[in-house]
Amino acid sequence: MIAPRKQRRLTAIAASTLTLALAVSACGAPEEDSNLSDKEKDCASYEKYGDFKDKDAEVSIYTPITDAEGDAYEKSWAYFAECTGIDVKYTGSNDFEAQIEVKVKGGKAPDIAFFPQPGLMARYKDKMVPASKKLVKEAEKGWSEDWLQYGTFDDELYAQPMSASLKSLVWYSPKYFKDNDLEVPETWDDLLAVSDKIAKTDVKPWCAGIESGEATGWPVTDWVEDALLRESGGELYDKWVNHEIAFNDKRIVKALDKVGGILKNKDYVNGGYGDVDSMAKVSFEEGGQPIVKGECAMHRQASFYAAQWPEGTKVGPDGDVFAFFLPGNKAEEKPLLGAGEFVAAFRDDPEVHAVREFLASELYVNARLKTGPLAFSHKGADPKNADNELNKMVIELYQDEGAEFRFDGSDQMPGHVGSKSFFVEMTKWIKGKSSKDALDAIEKSWDE
Amino acid sequence: MTFDFLDQLPKFGVLGVGLLAFLAVVFAVLYIGNVVPDKPKSLTTGLVFLIPTLLLVGIGLVVPAIRTTILSFTDKTGEAAVGWKNYEWIFTSPDILQVVGNSALWVVFTPLLATAVGLVYAILIDRSRFESLAKTLVFLPMAISFVGASIIWKFMYTEREIGDQIGLLNQIVVWLGGSPTDFLAIPFWNNFFLIIVMVWIQAGFATVVLSAAIKGIPAEIVEAARLDGVNAWQMFWRVTVPSIRPAIIVVIVTMSIASLKLFDIVRTMTGGNDGTSVLAYEMYSQSFPSQQTGRGAALAVVLFILVVPIIMYQVRNMRQRREVK
Repeated sequence: MIAPRKQRRLTAIAASTLTLALAVSACGAPEEDSNLSDKEKDCASYEKYGDFKDKDAEVSIYTPITDAEGDAYEKSWAYFAECTGIDVKYTGSNDFEAQIEVKVKGGKAPDIAFFPQPGLMARYKDKMVPASKKLVKEAEKGWSEDWLQYGTFDDELYAQPMSASLKSLVWYSPKYFKDNDLEVPETWDDLLAVSDKIAKTDVKPWCAGIESGEATGWPVTDWVEDALLRESGGELYDKWVNHEIAFNDKRIVKALDKVGGILKNKDYVNGGYGDVDSMAKVSFEEGGQPIVKGECAMHRQASFYAAQWPEGTKVGPDGDVFAFFLPGNKAEEKPLLGAGEFVAAFRDDPEVHAVREFLASELYVNARLKTGPLAFSHKGADPKNADNELNKMVIELYQDEGAEFRFDGSDQMPGHVGSKSFFVEMTKWIKGKSSKDALDAIEKSWDE
Repeated sequence: MTFDFLDQLPKFGVLGVGLLAFLAVVFAVLYIGNVVPDKPKSLTTGLVFLIPTLLLVGIGLVVPAIRTTILSFTDKTGEAAVGWKNYEWIFTSPDILQVVGNSALWVVFTPLLATAVGLVYAILIDRSRFESLAKTLVFLPMAISFVGASIIWKFMYTEREIGDQIGLLNQIVVWLGGSPTDFLAIPFWNNFFLIIVMVWIQAGFATVVLSAAIKGIPAEIVEAARLDGVNAWQMFWRVTVPSIRPAIIVVIVTMSIASLKLFDIVRTMTGGNDGTSVLAYEMYSQSFPSQQTGRGAALAVVLFILVVPIIMYQVRNMRQRREVK
């Protein structure tokens, strides 16, 4: 007979092993307590994607999205995987941009990759599989032409958009605005008027930080792109991105000066941090923090900045911080600058097509909205499903009839400009280089 | 994305097969080495033991080196040939010339400073009461990764224009009545603020190696010098330094190569901004973020060529010492 104490220990070991085994076997399988609707849990919804149960079908997905965000993705297609019998293998890596080159060139490309930069994706278009007819139809139903062009090469759709973040946002404190009788501005002039009003108090209207390690300077590129969209519209923007006009065209100089009107105005910046040049050494994560401390009033940054606020900060229209749309020159204009991921495939097999088609569907988009914070530009996305107020607003803006969307320009330009000289010169610009000189230097780097 | 051990089983299988194959190769080599005619220093025995090394060096070093060299003559996609254009770019573009210059600064000053600090420290603590404690303290930074050390020092140098300083150095400046400075943005000198970090990490290594060498100086020599009436200065230059010359060379050579390859400190602290980029960092920066495959490869080749003379010097040095013995 085993002594009681030892027996207890054995039971404990057996029990913990069992829990571990359960935990191990449970992952991947759909969870009972997810927020998904009955329709999203019902296998009948997935019948049109085919049945791969006896075929040992496996589809690998490689993405730059990791951790909790990655988990939210896996949950959103758990029922799809279960019902169709396709084993979806998800791998997220923080080193995606460098590793994808190694994988594709080394002949070990993933079946599907989520690309955050259309410019980088274009590099591999010869290895990518074009969209099926079914996918093209589904994609055209879901996204505007603005969005689809970024995954279209030589007039053929290769990669449909997936998620979307919005850059044209200004973070502010609803409470501060209310206490000081400030209105959320609807035009650029309003924005400057509000800034002037705040500048008369001892609070600086704007705060910003552009330090980001080797990518220092990128927040300014977003400012420039937003300003250009407002000054000259989407058509000129596209020409500029594709280098059909010079990088230092006088209209770009004008747009940069428009940004300078705020960022280089010493009466406006840099709340909580010092002079204009202090932006260059404040990290972009820290950039907007003085809002919470009441040291500055506004901070222009993308929707993902929601994750940067200190713990306990309430994000919402009546919360500690919220965002408003960075206004256009006129109230009815809604130029949207944003970014997002695109679904590219490197293997031409029925199960890969099934996954791609599913990822383009309204069914998937709404399921994904319920499993974690994310926004979509998909027309079928129901803002009600968004997991927070901010994403709800982003989805609504994307569905706004008057909205004209453009993708982050620096992400589309060749790497040596879009993620090098543009960043470097904008940092120099903050430190005092003139608009013309900075843009001349970028133009010069383009043809290298 | 929970980690699933069962999912990983096939990988463990592959790992097992790999290990077995490795063992099989080792035993095969040992066996063949054993059965071939047992004449020491015979050519065949040497060859048998050389083959696996040659094979691995071939796969891991020679082939990639050749491929990189070929890539260095191609454009940004790594496909179309462009001749010497990438090298022309390295030696004509002012930005890259500055990068080369910075690497030169690193390779000259890091070994010199670290060795000097290490040597002085080793002599000061030699035979003192707290020698082991002192050695431990100076060796501790070696245990911190380059990235970790860079983050620590980034905080040391941090500047805030208004409000309280969060960086120690600027706080001291403020206490002394000065105004805060952004150390990492002062052109040219910021390179030295980065070099200090490397010296801080590496001085412990120099101390330990040199201290051991100092202890190896025969007591007779020291005694004879004392009898001849040397002062401390003469003792240092005429006795200690010549006696530990080989150790100093080893330390300097190791550190020169490390400084040429330096990447982490620059990437973590400045990201190559404000004119602080160095060759190894630029190589990465061109190859990946800038997607300039050809230029990245060309920089790699230049870096390789620069390391070669240092290694040749070291090999020659080792050979000479062996001949003396």
